[in-house]
Amino acid sequence: MEAIAFYIFAILITGLFLVTVFSRNILYSMSSLAAGMVLISGLFFIIRADFLGAVQLVVYSGAIMALYAFGMMFFDATRDVKEKNTSKYLVFLLSGFSAVALVVIFSAPAIGKHIEVEPIAKGLGHLDNVHAIGAVLFTKYLIPFEVAAVMLLVAMIAGIVLASKRMDESLSEVYVGTDPETEKKEQK
Amino acid sequence: MTDLTTQYLILSAILFSIGLAGVLRRKNLLMLFFATEIMLNATNVAFAAISVHLGDLSGQMFALFIIAVAASEVAVGLGLLILIYKKYGTLDLDNLSIMKG
Amino acid sequence: MESYVYIALFAPLVSSLFAALFAQKPKVQLVGIATSILIGAALVASVILLLDIEETGKAVSVNLMDWIVVGDLDTKFGFTVDQVTVIMMTVVTLISTVVHVYSNYYMESDKSFNRFFSYLSAFVFSMMILVMSDNFLGLFIGWEGVGVCSWLLIGFWYHKKDETRDVNPSISPSWAANEAFIMNRIADLGMLVGIFLIYWNLGTLKYTEVFAHIGDLSHAMLVGIGIALFIGAMGKSAQFPLHTWLADAMEGPTPVSALIHAATMVTAGVYLVIRANPLYSQIPEVGYGIAVLGTFVAIFAASMALVNRDLKRVIAYSTLSQLGYMFAAAGLGAYWVALFHLAAHAAFKALLFIGAGNVMHAMHDELDMFKMGGLKKVMGWTFLYMGIGSLALSGIYPFAGFFSKDTILEVAFNEHTYGIWFVLWLTAGLTAFYSFRQVFLVFFGDERYHEIGAHPHEAKPYALWAMAPLAIAAVTVGFFKEDFVEFVTKFLPEYEMSEHTEHMVVILTIITTLVALTGIVVAYLKYAKGLKRDLEFEQNNKIYKLLYNQYYIPVIYDRVFAKPYKELSDIAWKEIDMQVVDASVDGIAKFVEKSGDASRKAQNGNLSSYLNWMAAGLVFITVIAAIAVAVQ
Repeated sequence: MEAIAFYIFAILITGLFLVTVFSRNILYSMSSLAAGMVLISGLFFIIRADFLGAVQLVVYSGAIMALYAFGMMFFDATRDVKEKNTSKYLVFLLSGFSAVALVVIFSAPAIGKHIEVEPIAKGLGHLDNVHAIGAVLFTKYLIPFEVAAVMLLVAMIAGIVLASKRMDESLSEVYVGTDPETEKKEQK
Repeated sequence: MTDLTTQYLILSAILFSIGLAGVLRRKNLLMLFFATEIMLNATNVAFAAISVHLGDLSGQMFALFIIAVAASEVAVGLGLLILIYKKYGTLDLDNLSIMKG
Repeated sequence: MESYVYIALFAPLVSSLFAALFAQKPKVQLVGIATSILIGAALVASVILLLDIEETGKAVSVNLMDWIVVGDLDTKFGFTVDQVTVIMMTVVTLISTVVHVYSNYYMESDKSFNRFFSYLSAFVFSMMILVMSDNFLGLFIGWEGVGVCSWLLIGFWYHKKDETRDVNPSISPSWAANEAFIMNRIADLGMLVGIFLIYWNLGTLKYTEVFAHIGDLSHAMLVGIGIALFIGAMGKSAQFPLHTWLADAMEGPTPVSALIHAATMVTAGVYLVIRANPLYSQIPEVGYGIAVLGTFVAIFAASMALVNRDLKRVIAYSTLSQLGYMFAAAGLGAYWVALFHLAAHAAFKALLFIGAGNVMHAMHDELDMFKMGGLKKVMGWTFLYMGIGSLALSGIYPFAGFFSKDTILEVAFNEHTYGIWFVLWLTAGLTAFYSFRQVFLVFFGDERYHEIGAHPHEAKPYALWAMAPLAIAAVTVGFFKEDFVEFVTKFLPEYEMSEHTEHMVVILTIITTLVALTGIVVAYLKYAKGLKRDLEFEQNNKIYKLLYNQYYIPVIYDRVFAKPYKELSDIAWKEIDMQVVDASVDGIAKFVEKSGDASRKAQNGNLSSYLNWMAAGLVFITVIAAIAVAVQ
């Protein structure tokens, strides 16, 4: 049952991400990325990593994609992206090699046997995933957690400061006649 | 419950490579960001799978922090993208070669 | 008493550093005065120590600090003042004080006045370390220190140009300085080997510990150590075949010659042999070798002095000759005799050199004695001083040289080494001849200096007063012989004359004095009435030419060592350094430059291509990891 679900999800995610990477339209890309992220949360639920799945849904599919969507408003999203792509052969060579190599590494039985873990969730066996994560997050990982919180705050402030500069001016007005690149664009 | 760890890892490897292909192929900065997100997600999948496999919550914690980092990255990165777009009117890497040595 | 040790040791250092403060400045008279006073303080401290040790008979030891403590090697920065040391200290500081005061006069118009005093005081400091150290390592530090200061001071007028050997036998001051330094370096290697051997066999370098266990070593090892140390002494004391540097060292300012190349540094070799007397007592055959070499140098140097026309070189050769006497005495086991001659010689030889400095000043740095003459009228005091010095050097009663040199001859007689005795006796006659040849050529006869347009004048009164202590010492030291013997034999082995010699003493003294007087009389007859040069003799007589050209030894050294070495260096430079070393270094540089040029294209400012490169690196690493995993 789980295996079937996994394969369905896996195929869907792969397909969606391929669309993301190879689509010429940014909106298509973004939509398929969001859908892929939602499906990845499904992967997490399958292996009972409930909390992670929830976070994936909320943060990635919710917050991050919303952020992209808002960010997109600054750009011309409907137009097809015109770009000189890197030669296909190079891309497939590199990514293909990395895929093969990673698969070889991950599927090799040698790994895992050599890893010895001391489960930090000892004595948490009776708790479900969310409770256990809460217990660990606020004990052993308290300081990283707080640091991550501070980092998010900094990032938020930085995002606001960077993006809000001259927000009230239209982009086309700001640099007309000053930047040759912009001029070229205008003429087109 | 069948053990799907290997399949998960292979999936993560494939997703990672897709992300890598995107990073290599695309020249639009926004698309590069998307590809980066894919790569981050791929690693998250691997972390979660191994964490569950070993019964150790550290992997999931790590994935959690990666998500936090990704969120921060997007916040700052998008701000920078907007600035770049304002300044140069393009997000195409081929047109952004001010760092030429 | 320890504080006096520190004063004697560090006052010269303070003096040197003080003078060094002004080294780059024009002349500051205060520097000359202050350094003289500080060196004078060291003299006072030395004399107080001398009196104290005379009274108590005990050595004063201080331990400044741990110096090298590595593994088994535990060397302290320690100083011991015993009977021998205190004699050396008093001699060194006395001459140094006189020379410092005198240098105020001699260097008064030199533009590097302050630098000179800094070097001079640094030399005194090094010399004090040399004589006061209680271990071989400290001795070696002082040994090298005086070598460096000697190099600095010989080359003091380093700006003088090189000349050919026909014009100036030592070519130039900087050449002479380098020659002295390199010669000493050769010898110091021997000294180092000796010190290594001592440490290797005994595990310590402290004199007391070394000499307490010296008897445990095998005879062959003792001979090895004795020869190695003596090679060091040969360099510093300019014994044959390392003697050429001393005559060339006369390129330095005359006070330097007086202090370093007559009275103190060159006697360091003698001091070393005296200090190591427990060692040399065990190996009389090496001692005999030293004595023979010393005797050879005595007559060898004296013969060169016979014909030389250079005022300072004559005194330099006589120094060489007298050092030969000292080694002869020390080699025959009469250590206190050597020390006594060392002290007496220091006084009158410094006096002679300083007198020569006065003459040089009067003659505007002209050194050729054939161009002087008749200076007695204008330079009465200098004549008096140099006369005293020459009488002492010739060994005429009651001057210092009479007592010390006579004793050496008695020792040679007493040891039944009549060959040595005869040569030394002959040398005594030669010594008297060349000293008075010098006196008569400079102060008597016709006034040849008019030809070179010199207007001689007497030195300033304070310079003449400064010489007085040396003159007094040269006259009176001999009368303290009994006290001296009693004092130093508490530390040094006694040396008793056999009864047979006791009987012969009067006769020996008379024949020695006779030969000396003969030398003086011959010199008087030949030179006092004026110079009659026999140019044909000078040009055609083989012996004269041989002596005048220092047995051609400098030329031989030049041909045998310097020229081939230069050619070897040329080959090493052009063939090895240029072709191999430089080429490979340049090759590396070129490779880096070319590869940098080539890889510059990668820095094209395009983020995408950077990412490609990064991905390529990532893939490369991953593939390697995958292969590693797969192989496992």
